[in-house]
Amino acid sequence: MSIETRVKLFNRICAGVLIAFALLWLMPLLWALDTALKPNAETTRTTWLIDDPTLGAFSRTLRETDILRWFGSSLFIATLTAVGAVLTGSLAAYALSRLRFRHRNLVFWFVLAGIMIPGQVLIVPQFREMDSFGLLNTFWAVSLPQIPTAIAVFIFKQFFDGLPRELEEVARMDGAGFLRIYRRIIMPLARPAVAAVAIFTFVGSWNDLLWPLLVLSNPDIMTVPVGLATVQGSFGIRYADTMASAILGAIPLVAVFLLFQRNIVEGIAGTGLKG
Amino acid sequence: MTAETAVRTGRSAREDIPPERGRGAGLPAAGFLTPFLLLYVLFIIGPALYGLLMSFFDTSAVKPGLSSFAGLGNYAEALQSADFWSSLWHTIWFTILTTPPLIIVAFGLALLADRVKHGRWFFRLAFFAPYILPSAVVALIWIWLYTPGLGLLETGLGKLGITAPAWLGDPDWAMPSLALTTLWWTLGFNFVLYLAGLQEINRDLYEAASMDGASPWQQIRSITIPMLGRTTTLVAVLQVIASLKVFDQMYLMTSGGPNFATRSILQYVYDEGFTNFRIGYASAVSMLFFLVVLGVSAVWFALIRRQEKEV
Repeated sequence: MSIETRVKLFNRICAGVLIAFALLWLMPLLWALDTALKPNAETTRTTWLIDDPTLGAFSRTLRETDILRWFGSSLFIATLTAVGAVLTGSLAAYALSRLRFRHRNLVFWFVLAGIMIPGQVLIVPQFREMDSFGLLNTFWAVSLPQIPTAIAVFIFKQFFDGLPRELEEVARMDGAGFLRIYRRIIMPLARPAVAAVAIFTFVGSWNDLLWPLLVLSNPDIMTVPVGLATVQGSFGIRYADTMASAILGAIPLVAVFLLFQRNIVEGIAGTGLKG
Repeated sequence: MTAETAVRTGRSAREDIPPERGRGAGLPAAGFLTPFLLLYVLFIIGPALYGLLMSFFDTSAVKPGLSSFAGLGNYAEALQSADFWSSLWHTIWFTILTTPPLIIVAFGLALLADRVKHGRWFFRLAFFAPYILPSAVVALIWIWLYTPGLGLLETGLGKLGITAPAWLGDPDWAMPSLALTTLWWTLGFNFVLYLAGLQEINRDLYEAASMDGASPWQQIRSITIPMLGRTTTLVAVLQVIASLKVFDQMYLMTSGGPNFATRSILQYVYDEGFTNFRIGYASAVSMLFFLVVLGVSAVWFALIRRQEKEV
């Protein structure tokens, strides 16, 4: 065999193995969908074939659970968190990147220290704090501790440091203030960083379980993960209904993923290159 | 101009801050920093210090204030508690079970995907889509897959002539089952990191190697694997830290059982603090856990330093 045919054969085998793994990885999601399309009684037969396909499980889930309300809670909390993280993070990063002031490095290191603290370590004191503020069972209790993320400041600062300064100098000479420069020049240029921070904060906030589980005990304002955690118990052996609720719970994030695939993948790849 | 700034301010030229912006920016800087710093101190640094303080007291969730001073009592109790050590061990056991496959499988699949010219979006979708799902969705789907008698895994393995274990119901198999679920769930993150690392490798290296008659396998061994050293360090450390922070999978899929065989350290904090109301003690356990994570991060920095010196 010539080298060329050997390489071609090798690439074929690679593609084959990869496709097999990809199908294996899609299997749980497809099986969940398959189960959700069966009537509950049919789910006890482990087969991909569906005798009597129905959307009944989905309509029952929508009727019997508060899943639409959970969507509302999650959407509000995740949006508030993402907007807050982008705004506070970019403002702070602008000062750290462009302004000269005393103890600038000290402030930067103080912020960086936050990256080392895993949020999970803080649940006990944060809970007591929210309790004493009277904020338990409010959206604020979930969102506020998630807004100041040191990593967002870090990402924005890296990005701002890489932007050319000429435009700002011209604007300065025309008498523009810092806030105007931040709003009109820096932020429009920083779209990729805004997208990365916004998407990651949004998804992280949407998916968080431990913290909302602690501070939201009122079923009326539960987030999607907290609500879904109660489904297993309430649906029991109604497997089609359980899978329908899992799929409904997955849909918003699958949509986010399909819309922002490029930003998400590049955002993760970015951490790798910085590493 | 940069050099001039550096001379005038006595700072390195790399800082590159134009002089006209240098004067009197203290007030605007405070304005820009305040929103972040206020929330940061209020919700991160403040609680961190308060947690440290509480760890030295017998603070209770049902009583106001810190209660009586305990000194290092909480720490001593944790270090002598069998429950503390077993939950710490479960967390470490989970980390041991998840980290190697999550690195090796992600690396292998990225390597394969890098050779495939068409349909990359499909592989990215297949491997990465699970990562973005909430843990609660993942748990519902995998509990169903693991269901005794009806689960797809048991039936599938049965067709291959393999008798499936009791998965989540067996104390010995519960943790490997959670690890398998986690492999499926989070592989995509490492896969994407490795794909990015692979794209950084100069294609000319492969061309030169194949001119010299190196087989694809030899190219992988002598070019790809060494060039991905930095990526692997990053993936490994991020993975270890993520695995140590495990909570959701156990809470949702086994509630720490059967017979506490899968209770993680974070669930121990949760149980002590929010079920037994011993928040002073729970804070001490949190601090001990924090030290473990800090230790891993320190090892990471040491590794990066060494790799940078080698380059």
